[in-house]
Amino acid sequence: MSRTVGLTCIECPTGCALTVVVEEGKALSVEGFGCRRGRDYAIAEIECPVRILTTTVVAEGLSVRMVPVRTSGPIPRERLMDAMAEIRQARAQKQVRVGDVVIADILGLGVDIIATREVL
Amino acid sequence: MDERELVIIGGGPAGMAAALSAREHGVRDVLLLERDRHLGGILNQCVHAGFGLVQFKEALTGPEYASRFIQSVRGTPDIEVRLGCFVADLKPGKVFTCLSHGNVSTIRARALIMATGCRERTREMIQIPGTRPAGVFSAGLAQKMINIEGLMPGREFVVIGSGDIGLIMARRLSLEGAHVKAVVEIQPHPVGLKRNVVQCLDDFAIPLYLSHRVLFIHGKDRVEAVDVAQVDESGSEIADTRFSLACDTVLVSVGLIPENELIEMAGVEVDRHTNEPVSSDLNYTSVHGLFVCGNAYRVYDIVDSVTRDSFLAGLQAADYLAECGGTE
Repeated sequence: MSRTVGLTCIECPTGCALTVVVEEGKALSVEGFGCRRGRDYAIAEIECPVRILTTTVVAEGLSVRMVPVRTSGPIPRERLMDAMAEIRQARAQKQVRVGDVVIADILGLGVDIIATREVL
Repeated sequence: MDERELVIIGGGPAGMAAALSAREHGVRDVLLLERDRHLGGILNQCVHAGFGLVQFKEALTGPEYASRFIQSVRGTPDIEVRLGCFVADLKPGKVFTCLSHGNVSTIRARALIMATGCRERTREMIQIPGTRPAGVFSAGLAQKMINIEGLMPGREFVVIGSGDIGLIMARRLSLEGAHVKAVVEIQPHPVGLKRNVVQCLDDFAIPLYLSHRVLFIHGKDRVEAVDVAQVDESGSEIADTRFSLACDTVLVSVGLIPENELIEMAGVEVDRHTNEPVSSDLNYTSVHGLFVCGNAYRVYDIVDSVTRDSFLAGLQAADYLAECGGTE
């Protein structure tokens, strides 16, 4: 039995309304997307929703209190809070440039936590 | 008194774009003043992603977007940057006083670009009755506390206003372990982007109350609860819809206003209602050679548009200086 699911694309500010036909957890077809990223988003959202996580890491001995960070790629939405728990324990003690790894391979997901600001 | 060719006040995205563009269009002497210790302005506290889709065809975080311009400014020796420099007044003739590291100095600029950004509307401006307890913050202030200072402003939140800043803060608070009990929006539709309703509220099961308003804030020393009710099209409370939400913190996210007090001091015409400069054409003001760009000109939806229009301001200032031969 297939069912139809309505989604709002989150890839860009346009927010296309997507219609996905789903069967047994798989996306059979997608309509309403304005670009390829919308189609990919719809499939991922049905089969395994993922998000880029952005947050901050406490700095120690650096010129600012907090180092802004992001995941180097998307991670499963259901692991966001697990990732936050690990990031909360971390301390950034070394100077970083944009893109430098602050936590490698978080939760074994194959994704790094990287700095989004140069902090000296 | 120091005499400079072009002075830009504000080192956020607008000021940096204006400085780079003015230099590119032949202005030799560019002085960029920033009151904070870093360039980047509000982008530094906007740690979420979604910036730069137009300018760079990438979804960057605020600090990443800022850093691209900071690198360019640093790589342009003819742009002099002064950090920790606060402009205290502005007089007719483009003369102003700045306070910097305990020193007071006066500068006269041949051309001036104001890139002073905007500030948040407050609880007082939307007139929410109640007591005056601690725990009522503007959303951007809470964002600065969390993302820059590493401080949590509370534990149980109600967010007033569903603009993008309110939605993004609802997610940020949830990620940091706080409980966001509701986002309350007086309009019948969300004010912010649909994508932010999905990824900021739905992802964290945060209720969005549309056509609702906060009627009262309770609490003696600290916020204890808010009263919420459904409203009709005219904004009036609908009978028997009132309920109470216990919380210790209220975030107010109800819009932004251009910050233009400096140009007002210098006699530049400012619209009393919008706080925007009265303007015949993009970035122009009622004073020749005094430009306003970015959120100080009008509040923009996305930073990419600020960058685009502020590049233009740099060109406009360069043209002005070329026309009057660098003299008044």
